[in-house]
Amino acid sequence: MSDWEVVIGLEIHAQLATQSKIFSGSPTAYGAPPNTQADLVDLAYPGVLPVLNARAVQMAVKFGLAVDATVARRSVFARKNYFYPDLPKGYQISQYELPVVARGSLNIMLDDGAVKTVGITRAHLEEDAGKSLHEGLANASGIDLNRAGTPLLEIVSEPDMRSAKEAVAYMKKIHTLVRYLEICDGNMQEGSFRCDANVSVRPRGQEKFGTRAEIKNLNSFRFVEKAIQYEVARQVELIESGGKVVQETRLYDSDKDETRSMRSKEEANDYRYFPDPDLLPVEIDEPFIEAVRATLPELPDQKAARFARDFGLSAYDAGVLSASRELGAYFEAVVAGLSGAHAKLAANWVMGELSGALNRDSVDLEHSRVNPQQLTGLLKRIADETISGKIAKEVFEAMWSEGKSADDIIEAKGLRQITDVGAIERVIDAIIAANPKQLADYRSGKDKLFGFFVGQVQKATGGKANPAQLNELLKAKLGGGGNA
Amino acid sequence: MHNLFIGELADRLAKRQISSVELTQHFLGRIERLNPALNAMITLTAKQALADAAAADARLSAGERGPLLGIPLIHKDIFCTDGVRTSCGSRMLDNFVAPYDATVVARLKAAGTVMLGKSNMDEFAMGSSNETSYYGPVKNPWDTAKVPGGSSGGSAAATAARLTPFATGTDTGGSIRQPAALTGVTGLKPTYGRVSRYGMIAFASSLDQAGVFARSAGDAAAVLQVMAGFDPRDSTSVDVPVPDYSKALGQPLKGMKIGLLREFFEGLEPRNAALLEDALNIYTGLGAETLQVSLPHLPLSVPTYYVVAPAECSSNLSRFDGVRYGYRCENPKDLMDLYKRSRGEGFGAEVKRRIMTGTYVLSAGYFDAYYLKAQKARRLITDDFRAAFDKVDLVIGPTTPTPAFDIGAKMDDPVLMYLNDIYTIGANLAGLPGVSVPCGFVEGLPMGLQLIGPHFAEAKLLNAAHQYQQATDWHTHAPRGYT
Repeated sequence: MSDWEVVIGLEIHAQLATQSKIFSGSPTAYGAPPNTQADLVDLAYPGVLPVLNARAVQMAVKFGLAVDATVARRSVFARKNYFYPDLPKGYQISQYELPVVARGSLNIMLDDGAVKTVGITRAHLEEDAGKSLHEGLANASGIDLNRAGTPLLEIVSEPDMRSAKEAVAYMKKIHTLVRYLEICDGNMQEGSFRCDANVSVRPRGQEKFGTRAEIKNLNSFRFVEKAIQYEVARQVELIESGGKVVQETRLYDSDKDETRSMRSKEEANDYRYFPDPDLLPVEIDEPFIEAVRATLPELPDQKAARFARDFGLSAYDAGVLSASRELGAYFEAVVAGLSGAHAKLAANWVMGELSGALNRDSVDLEHSRVNPQQLTGLLKRIADETISGKIAKEVFEAMWSEGKSADDIIEAKGLRQITDVGAIERVIDAIIAANPKQLADYRSGKDKLFGFFVGQVQKATGGKANPAQLNELLKAKLGGGGNA
Repeated sequence: MHNLFIGELADRLAKRQISSVELTQHFLGRIERLNPALNAMITLTAKQALADAAAADARLSAGERGPLLGIPLIHKDIFCTDGVRTSCGSRMLDNFVAPYDATVVARLKAAGTVMLGKSNMDEFAMGSSNETSYYGPVKNPWDTAKVPGGSSGGSAAATAARLTPFATGTDTGGSIRQPAALTGVTGLKPTYGRVSRYGMIAFASSLDQAGVFARSAGDAAAVLQVMAGFDPRDSTSVDVPVPDYSKALGQPLKGMKIGLLREFFEGLEPRNAALLEDALNIYTGLGAETLQVSLPHLPLSVPTYYVVAPAECSSNLSRFDGVRYGYRCENPKDLMDLYKRSRGEGFGAEVKRRIMTGTYVLSAGYFDAYYLKAQKARRLITDDFRAAFDKVDLVIGPTTPTPAFDIGAKMDDPVLMYLNDIYTIGANLAGLPGVSVPCGFVEGLPMGLQLIGPHFAEAKLLNAAHQYQQATDWHTHAPRGYT
């Protein structure tokens, strides 16, 4: 395997979050009964004409600016001609030679913390096709044209990724970005965000690319990773056993975890692209671009840099907390109620307990049962040593299930930390008295027994003894022995 | 009554000397009596017409006035008409009832016109003789052995035979001007983008333009007034103000420069040349100045057109697949069979020929040699016209090389048929307005004089045509049997 270098490029389809379709006035909402969101234009009735939705262009430009790309002053819609029942016109309106966005780039963070720049060749606007339905119809196929004409931004990367992990990191970064920009809801189950992966392998050191296979329609990060891994292994095995990779389109079967040939280059359609005479070229001027630029939010990388700088977070933590606009906002709301010195504490709790609870219960941040103000209330009690970190986890669970404030729970359950030296000493004395053997062992050098005494004390106090005080007092009482 | 011009009819309607219902009945009666020999109509909408006429009469009685209020018309069957079959001259759409009105139809309806029916045409507007229609050829009222021209042959023949005061048409490569010339009526093709294409079944989207057949330039002006204007549903319609065309008709031609297109006059048949000579003398008599201009790339227009138009049509006609509307073959055994037989049985020979040509010129490996080269030639032709209009106000020439030919004479030779449009195609490639007016007869058949102007110069064009018609009476001749 290590003799082979993997080369991956992705074509990501992001459904643009417009209210209406790209060339008609029909709504784009997901899940409506079949063919209730298709008008005469979507149905390609004789005589109807497409009219471009300006919002879709704004969104494409927004993306272009966010990836530092060139926004074309003039781009052209072309017809991609092929016959299929879910393609009512017999052609898809797309952009071919002159896309609206060209030559951008995006930074991704690799596992070792290194930053890699991935080139973005182009991003173009196009319309989605409808859906063929084969189930529940005896001896017939149905067509649902609700999705026909939904605006898509196809984002084409350079073949810059060198592993399935890099490909996933890139896809996740684009996913983050389009949601930041509020141009795509990123919903992968509904198909709002999906990708095709071009995968090839070449002997390490060789400059020329190997023959690629295109894996179509991957709609989860996990499938992207697994499909690429499978495909790489398949290609390497094929070449090593004397075979040749053929250029073809393949489908990933997630049930069997394998890719299968769909059609070869020879069988590929000749799409006969030509400029669509029903649509004028899209002319974009400087004021339009500047107006869009003014709507750009703080971008993920900018936010991460600010978090690292202002809150002293590691690059990794800053990256995680800026991975979505909502999470970043939540974190900032929590920090706002604390002194700056506790930003790291806030970061740990948002990434740890909070994210864990959200994942466990499959709740999104918007519907979190603990809001930022409540979490701040809890963290304040850790900061002022009312409770220990360990007790705080218990309090958090109670907040999550009962929806009460940290203070109410601490009071109700009597979880306030014991910081009274006398009280802690009384417990320590009792524990030492009850465990003469362990005391002797400890004093004769078994340092590890220090932990045993800590545990016994906390057991007796219900975990409420202030850990730092307990350590200090216990060390003094036990005397001799360890350097714990 | 059927020899009156639109202005005269509107005047009588306004004075309540006639009613719209009477007018409508009169033309419906003529259609019933005279159309069987002509086959100019695909669908008659008599009942709806009488109801619409009664509604127009009610508006008139209420004091409302309008240049077209209560005036009957015929729509080319390429325009979608809500609730009325819209066949486009094809078996493919023989069963298709449009669920909406084309913008042209809606505008004329709102102006109070009364639709008598839908006219015959070459299938999907592909033809120059009206012989490719699924509904059979239209006969020329001047000689029923002759073609009326195409593709808007039904509208032309119906206007010439006085079956209607006016009719709509479309012009992709001459489909208004050529049949207007061959039937002795006035035919106007406006600037590309002047009239909305919404609801007009597309043949070649970058060339198609809706226009009008009438018996005078003055009538055409009144109709264009209603048809013209920006439509947000057609991205290629242009948002420029619509001038008052009828008001523009009074302008004297003194000082106007008219360019004689060298390429049009070279090799012209002597009798055709003689008619043009007469027309030029009229114009100089009216104070216009004539000078030679040349469009060196114009000879490329026919080959250019027969790449561009088929390319666009091959894609435009892909929607006719037997899936959602229109013709579907019996018992398709699978999807491919459905496509192949529905299209194979639904389309006629000329349409198939153009789809195949268009598919070929767009194919990988041929695109540059044909489609791209044709686009370059198109630009050169457009530039030639632009340069000419730097020197002259309008250019003038024949509309067709010959008068109407025999039905069947050119059906076996598509190239010979395509050469019919040699003088008209240039204006479509450049998107320019053109008008054909009757200018005399050769062997008893009418001939047309063509005027082409710069973009959006319809007012100037119509005025020039009108001034000519003030000085001549060719446009008042009616075919024998239809007077």
